[in-house]
Amino acid sequence: MADDAPLAATKNDKPTGLAARAVTINLPVDEVYSRFRDFAAWPSFMENVVRIDVLDERRSHWVVKAPMKGSVEWDARITEEVPGKSLAWESEPGAEVPNRGHVTFRDAGARGTVVVVTIDYDPPGGVIGKVIAKMFQREPAIQARRDLRRFKQLLETGEIATPAMNAKQFEEMGL
Amino acid sequence: MKAIAWHGKHDVRVDTVDDPGIVNPRDCIIKVTSTAICGSDLHLYDGYIPTMQSGDILGHEFMGEVVEVGAKSTLKKGQRVVVPFTISCGSCYHCTKQQFSACDNGLPADNQDIAQELYGQPMAGLFGYSHMTGGYAGGQAEYVRVPFSDVGPIVIPDGVEDEKVLFLSDILPTGWMAAENADIEPGDTVAVWGCGPVGLFAIQSAFLLGAERVIAIDHFPNRLKLAAKFGAETINFEESAVYEALMVMTGGIGPDAVIDSVGLEAHGFFVDNVLDQIKVSTFTGTDRAHANRQAIIACRKGGRVSMPAVYGGFVDKWPLGAFMEKGLTLKTGQTHVQRYLKPLLTAILEEKIDTTFLISHRLPLEQGPEGYRMFHDEQNEVTKIVLKPGM
Repeated sequence: MADDAPLAATKNDKPTGLAARAVTINLPVDEVYSRFRDFAAWPSFMENVVRIDVLDERRSHWVVKAPMKGSVEWDARITEEVPGKSLAWESEPGAEVPNRGHVTFRDAGARGTVVVVTIDYDPPGGVIGKVIAKMFQREPAIQARRDLRRFKQLLETGEIATPAMNAKQFEEMGL
Repeated sequence: MKAIAWHGKHDVRVDTVDDPGIVNPRDCIIKVTSTAICGSDLHLYDGYIPTMQSGDILGHEFMGEVVEVGAKSTLKKGQRVVVPFTISCGSCYHCTKQQFSACDNGLPADNQDIAQELYGQPMAGLFGYSHMTGGYAGGQAEYVRVPFSDVGPIVIPDGVEDEKVLFLSDILPTGWMAAENADIEPGDTVAVWGCGPVGLFAIQSAFLLGAERVIAIDHFPNRLKLAAKFGAETINFEESAVYEALMVMTGGIGPDAVIDSVGLEAHGFFVDNVLDQIKVSTFTGTDRAHANRQAIIACRKGGRVSMPAVYGGFVDKWPLGAFMEKGLTLKTGQTHVQRYLKPLLTAILEEKIDTTFLISHRLPLEQGPEGYRMFHDEQNEVTKIVLKPGM
């Protein structure tokens, strides 16, 4: 019998690049949504995202760090947008690393807003490619977890926690 | 600047490193005036805590003068502050519930992975206590970068000397929370395992919270003498059988609450401890927990177990059956330091709590490595070492 667990937690025939991450942010849902919707600001909390150029209402150009080869680029378009509720995007046909993402936002009352991100991508080189990406700490599921923590930190505290002792160390460490 | 850095098991050195500076808007920089070596620093010294890296700056009990502030710090240059060992943001769900050591945001995102794997959810950041707790440089140094300086540090009034307030950073609130977690009722007898700094503060706190009797258990005569000074009855586990003694001393009932302030490096030649020691040496277990087992067996039916002691990993042969059958309650956790700073500063200023009795040695920062060796090897005489930069 199918249960109520998210698909990304399945033990059976799980797609290689499918992962879900959830975070609860101590702010109202509208604020969380609008901060997340600002794609151009993603590099400020997403370690692997070099740049996102917003092309128009629905389309954007992404430049993302990749293991061994520097970076990959693709165009993405928004496939679903319900302000304050959900946001989904998908890479345009022909992308080197086809990928899609789906995010839901839920009002959690006194706890703020629950954000659930589901990402799905086709790892170049399949399972082995995913292992290599993990070795380089560039695997999207690992990154998604860390990026969501940084997004939460930025919204809740106004800054991103770092152990860097001074500005010079921060430059060396990055996010 | 000069700082005490970890380089391996039983190897700490005075290193010269870059000065810290403001990185985030809520930071401040303090010039350290006093910093202590904590019993839990000895777990690092003995190599029990994973994710330490050569060169890590140690120390999480410190205070000093504010010398630089970020744009969003609420402190002012020249103020004297004591800094909590927990790095907490003050605005996440847990901080708003005053569960500061469970802060969601004190740990840098990448450093959260290990605790997420090991414990299920990551905890707050800690100063100078491995990369699992954030990799933050610690306070056994001339200067420290203090994140979230608008939330953590408490300002100390002029004229109150360092040594009276330094222990607000960790061991005093830890001892207090241990007693609070014991849910003491008037007339209770509380047994405290371990008369290190936390245990000694737990004894004072237990009396303040209404305990009628406190029974202190250790094997260092000097530490038991300090416990007795605060009104505790004492059991030296090398001279007396602890369970038998406790049962007679409590009229066959057992202590109403037990406090384990020993932790993962319990001393003593007991069968379970020796088995733990073998497991730890062969990497099949991580913690030695004799004191904790003994406390659970001694505790009265329906009693409370409070555990301020540090445990890091896994332990075998924990008496889960006794725990269940007797219906015990366990409360534990890293201390929510920020919750207790104001009331405990008041208690110190009103002289309800004595803090300076603990300090047995004062050394210049440069003699930190010697301090570690002494604290480790001479636990009877050395109850607390305070390091003073520029002494």
